[in-house]
Amino acid sequence: MAATTPSVTVAGATSPRARWGSLVTRQGVLVALVLLVLFGALRYDNFLGAYNVLSVLRYNSMFALIALGMCFVIMTGGIDLSVGSVAAMTSVVSALLSPYGLVPALLAGTAAGATVGLINGVLVTRLGILPFIATLATMQAASGTGLLLAGNQSVSVSYDTAFVELGQGDLLGIPTPAWIAGLAFALGSVVLNFTAFGRYVLAVGGGEDAARLMGLPVERVKLLVYALSGALAGIAGVILASEFGAGQPTEGVGWELFAIASVVVGGTLLTGGVGSVGSTLAGVLLLGLIFTILNFENGMGWISLSAYWQSVIRGAFLLLVVVLQSRLTTARPPA
Amino acid sequence: MAEALPRGTSLPAGGRRRTRLGPFLQRYGAVAALVLLVLVNAAITPNFLTLQTLNVNLTQVGTIVIVAVGMTLVIATGGIDLSVGSLMAISGALAPLIFTGQLFPLPDSAVGVALAFVLPVLVAGLFGLFNGWLVTRFSIQPIIATLVLFIAGRGIAQVMTNGNLQVFKNPEFQFIGLGRMLGVPFQVVLMLAIVALAAWALRRTVFGRQVLAVGGNEAAARLAGVPVSRVKLLVYGISGLCAGLAGLIVIALNSSSDANLVGLGMELDAIAAVAVGGTLLTGGRATIAGTLLGALIIQLVRYTLLANGVPPAAALVVKAAIIVLAVWLQRQGRG
Repeated sequence: MAATTPSVTVAGATSPRARWGSLVTRQGVLVALVLLVLFGALRYDNFLGAYNVLSVLRYNSMFALIALGMCFVIMTGGIDLSVGSVAAMTSVVSALLSPYGLVPALLAGTAAGATVGLINGVLVTRLGILPFIATLATMQAASGTGLLLAGNQSVSVSYDTAFVELGQGDLLGIPTPAWIAGLAFALGSVVLNFTAFGRYVLAVGGGEDAARLMGLPVERVKLLVYALSGALAGIAGVILASEFGAGQPTEGVGWELFAIASVVVGGTLLTGGVGSVGSTLAGVLLLGLIFTILNFENGMGWISLSAYWQSVIRGAFLLLVVVLQSRLTTARPPA
Repeated sequence: MAEALPRGTSLPAGGRRRTRLGPFLQRYGAVAALVLLVLVNAAITPNFLTLQTLNVNLTQVGTIVIVAVGMTLVIATGGIDLSVGSLMAISGALAPLIFTGQLFPLPDSAVGVALAFVLPVLVAGLFGLFNGWLVTRFSIQPIIATLVLFIAGRGIAQVMTNGNLQVFKNPEFQFIGLGRMLGVPFQVVLMLAIVALAAWALRRTVFGRQVLAVGGNEAAARLAGVPVSRVKLLVYGISGLCAGLAGLIVIALNSSSDANLVGLGMELDAIAAVAVGGTLLTGGRATIAGTLLGALIIQLVRYTLLANGVPPAAALVVKAAIIVLAVWLQRQGRG
């Protein structure tokens, strides 16, 4: 979690107070996560049991990968709404290629995702279309492409190859998807904190004009973060197909907004320029655990809350975070 | 208004081309596209120029237009409303609970139907005001503020109905979706009335000018004495009302209400219609008639493709291309 304190500060549009608020939120999300885990561990049997921990990790890996890409895009001041559809599309692509083995399916899925990401980047940088609209359009296009490839139904994966191992298998007792997500976050954290590219990302988000005047390759940085986001969503789609045994062209609805919520809960500012990879992971786990806690609570039998409460609770949580963040960042809200 | 509020950018990103065609396309592009679509259809689509085709298209586009009118006002202030689909689900879940007397006892069925028209729309309007309150009181970015209800709103609707499909048959209530006035579907009459009202308000009333002023330059508007917070609060409230009404129409058309599905993805359709119609997504310039045109263009393209045997999934890809093209053309014209 070294990433919770970015070593770079870039002067720009983001005010010191906003940065401070972001810092507090980032520490806050860790505290909240620890408290939630403690609450679960004390209240429920087997909450910290291997089965529960591993299934939480396995299930949330896809969302973690998507949130990581989203985090980078948001740090440049952009947004990527296409990730959910991209994951659905690449789940189909990889399911179709699963008879040829794990590696071709994984590569094709990732490449398909990266292609959509590159298109996003080109639309944003070359055509100057707002990220929100550009990715809204590719969201529709990716969804349509997925449905076309799949022939409007889910595509079963081949069980003859190692393909399902990716989503369902374990490595040293830890689910494979969790390894992938963990590795991606470690890499992401290193890239953000210790490479020139990481600094460029924050610089572009902190003040695009200033970054351009400093001679930073603004367009290339943006192109790369969108491609990265697409590629990560692509991998998430491959895991989806592998884990559930089918390419699902209609999955992924609302994943983009869930990812944005995780990033925001993790203290990354939507205005760009400030962010943390580690806190984004904490945000994903926090929102994911709400679902698990709800299941355990129902298992106790005291109360019976339908699964539908999870979105209400997630929404309330997001509300709490943004309101607190706003109180911290703005001294006096305009009347 | 467009000329009065030029958007200054200190650093042009890449060489922005000025074309003579630009201003023309920007002003009349949407109309030209619609005329072209009608002509192409008249030539190639069988039975296109019939009253039935017109009714089918207008019925399918009605709810999108109603939601998009509210969205236009929000976008005109420089905001965005992601919660409209969820608010549709809330009002759609509430109405059957009211007119079947499950929520509270009814003196007679006429009162029930009347309340089922009024209360859900008001509730959606209140949720819209809540969005506005978050945006104004806490200075939360609109995309995040409305993300809260996007996530939580559908959950609230699902919790209210326990996620169950509510099937009903109530001709008085369903008039809003299925009824006809002088041979014209009632929801189309409703749609046109709302479009006319909003277009008049935007052009001719103080409120309308204030909406554009806030979107054009918020700081300047505040200095000029425009009640910025109240204007913003109102546009989100209006957007909520529009969404609530659209929710009623959808469930009346379907004779059933499914909280999981009502309004799903509506925010994106509405934003697309607004963007294609020529409203500036950064605020300050808006056209209600353009939004109507934008929705009609998207609908007509979809209809053209479907009527000529193109699979619905491919239509999504084409829709994406249209959104990108329209926004790109809009940018060219802005030079």
